[in-house]
Amino acid sequence: MLGIVRRRIARGGVNASIVEQSLQKIRNQSLIYASRSYSSASKEMTVRDALNSALDEEMSADPKVFVMGEEVGEYQGAYKITKGLLDKYGPERVVDTPITEAGFAGIGVGAAYHGLRPVVEFMTFNFSMQAIDHIINSAAKSNYMSAGQISVPIVFRGPNGAAAGVGAQHSQCYAAWFGACPGLKVLAPYSSEDARGLLKAAIRDPDPVVFLENELLYGESFPVSAEVLDSSFCLPIGKAKIEREGKDVTITAFSKMVGYALKAAEILAKEGISAEVINLRSIRPLDRSTINASVRKTNRLVTVEEGFPQHGVGAEICASVVEESFEYLDAPVERIAGADVPMPYAANLERMAVPQIEDIVRAAKRACYRSVPLAATA
Amino acid sequence: MSAAATKIIQPLPLNSTTTNRSPHKALFNPLKATPISSFPASTRKLRLTKPNSPHARRRSTSIFAVSDVVQEKKPTSNTFFPNLLITKEEGLELYEDMILGRSFEDMCAQMYYRGKMFGFVHLYNGQEAVSAGFIKLLKNEDCVVSTYRDHVHALSKGVPARAVMSELFGKTTGCCRGQGGSMHMFSKEHNVLGGFAFIGEGIPVATGAAFTSKYRREVLKEGDCDHVTLAFFGDGTCNNGQFFECLNMAALWKLPIVFVVENNLWAIGMSHLRATSDPEIWKKGPAFGIPGVHVDGMDVLKVREVAKEAITRARRGEGPTLVECETYRFRGHSLADPDELRDASEKAHYAARDPITALKKYMVENNLASEAELKVIEKKIDEVVEEAVEFADSSPLPGRSQLLENVFADPRGFGIGPDGKYRCEDPKFTEGTAHV
Repeated sequence: MLGIVRRRIARGGVNASIVEQSLQKIRNQSLIYASRSYSSASKEMTVRDALNSALDEEMSADPKVFVMGEEVGEYQGAYKITKGLLDKYGPERVVDTPITEAGFAGIGVGAAYHGLRPVVEFMTFNFSMQAIDHIINSAAKSNYMSAGQISVPIVFRGPNGAAAGVGAQHSQCYAAWFGACPGLKVLAPYSSEDARGLLKAAIRDPDPVVFLENELLYGESFPVSAEVLDSSFCLPIGKAKIEREGKDVTITAFSKMVGYALKAAEILAKEGISAEVINLRSIRPLDRSTINASVRKTNRLVTVEEGFPQHGVGAEICASVVEESFEYLDAPVERIAGADVPMPYAANLERMAVPQIEDIVRAAKRACYRSVPLAATA
Repeated sequence: MSAAATKIIQPLPLNSTTTNRSPHKALFNPLKATPISSFPASTRKLRLTKPNSPHARRRSTSIFAVSDVVQEKKPTSNTFFPNLLITKEEGLELYEDMILGRSFEDMCAQMYYRGKMFGFVHLYNGQEAVSAGFIKLLKNEDCVVSTYRDHVHALSKGVPARAVMSELFGKTTGCCRGQGGSMHMFSKEHNVLGGFAFIGEGIPVATGAAFTSKYRREVLKEGDCDHVTLAFFGDGTCNNGQFFECLNMAALWKLPIVFVVENNLWAIGMSHLRATSDPEIWKKGPAFGIPGVHVDGMDVLKVREVAKEAITRARRGEGPTLVECETYRFRGHSLADPDELRDASEKAHYAARDPITALKKYMVENNLASEAELKVIEKKIDEVVEEAVEFADSSPLPGRSQLLENVFADPRGFGIGPDGKYRCEDPKFTEGTAHV
């Protein structure tokens, strides 16, 4: 099912430069509508290639887009996401910085104030804490404080969440922290299609976007259709995707947990529970209407996230559902999150600190058996 | 260390407070063999400091400004008074700007105590020479980035007094429609990029604006883009990591920026000397390969000379400059600060060096303007400020719907409503409470 909608680019009142006008023409010419269905996904693409191609295309389309961060240039990217860009666009547009997150995030914001479109890479989002003053105070709040005079078309991207065995200071998930701030848009792609579409939408967006990738997903391959490979492919910000339809329980997830949720749904299907898996894609703005519509259909909800449980994304989803669809709930909302501890190093402890597929399966079963035992469907 | 400490606060050992300032008189002891602190004029190259430079010994002497620039100044085009630093028009412009700054800030204090202004208000009294000296040399496209003490920077850059006053009153006619406040003055039209409450926050933003200028010239091929950015910040900020990060990157990439330190010796109640291992801030520039200059920030003409050189340097693409202006704020840190820690004698000393009276004296003694002309300016400014207050008073408060506006440039960032359409397209969107 392709739920891809072409996103209209909001030009606002900005004077379009000649480049942007021709860009608009290119985009208008290559509009493809989602009503067409494609017989089979012919190509596979890793998330890394998806991000790289999205950056490449956006940089070639708009000379104001530039990439800045540690090791993005000559090292070809700490995780090779910006591979080849230095050779193609030169050192003025792929800027290797010294190790100064606060400094270069601020420089990016200052450049964005003036109409450039920086893509600032944090080696991991843990390092964004050094720059969080600029992400929140000078990027997120500026359009409001200046009453719309100064918009900040910047993208902060990088890997988020736990990798494998990297320890407590490199494993935190920041979705909840950034998702709490008005003025930011927070995106968390899962598949290559998400990565491409959302990164392109983020770069074209006139507001600050925090783009939370996942290191373990970089190497994973996903099938992509020809539409996804088109250079004007964009996904709407603020719309979740229903990855798998179901009718017994809703499972919401983002980033790597979507893969786990899908596998859990397979296991649940064998036991007669049909799970609906929602890929949130956008943490802020949260697509509450899709989530609520799904819960009204299935009456049970399991939220899955990798981050810390208190004040997490799942907590917000639960509150939203309780506020809007309370009468439809047949069971308490189950919330699966990472363990409420800094990430341990030992492999077995780390496995216990991050949600696993069995946890999701168990939670879904708990949600289903809380009330009248579910009769096995035919 | 204490010996050096007292030396620094004491008046400079010269007659700057008494007689005229014609440049043919040696104002300061010329710096002997001082490659670093001397301002590289266009013919000199930048020399980097050696580890055993004579500077180490200099800590025990008083701070001196760069006299070479002033002495070497060629005669201006003012044919009547070839030795003066400014023409009559320039002098009147500077005077008017400083009077506007002073009157405006005094009015702010009055309004605050009457309850019309609220929250945090930080006044600039005493530091007007820095603002007038630097900002009046800029073009409209050049940018200014400031801190929370930003009213006068905005005024000098050209933001109308009534817009700033309304903003302070929190009215919808303010320069940020009442949404920013005293500490967040933004004006896209005049390229005032804020107004930041966190110290050090504006420096990377200014560096980014300078980066844009260079990017435009080199990548976007707008060949004549030579916009300069000025970053204003205080002595306390010079201990902050972001300051050093940006000195490094600005020097590394040769960005067209001037870092202006308004060293008023106090960060709320923390004396600069208690907070800083080496209180001579201009020295921190050469550590990064940037020329560092110290100038008397109570003298608008000296500031202007140094500013001219720094801004021209940046415009030519020679990179950043660090300018330390020794100045003083006559009032407390903010209107809520009881200002108990500062010595009365220190305050009196600097009050005697009021930049406005100094400029007035200079202009009258050098026959650039008469007392009467200056009085006319003062009266005009009084009227401007009064009119600004009336305008602000009579302006409306922001409407309810303004609460949710401008969070995003693209308002669809508020997401998708229950009916499947974008929330911002719902006509009731900004009516109720913030249910986003």
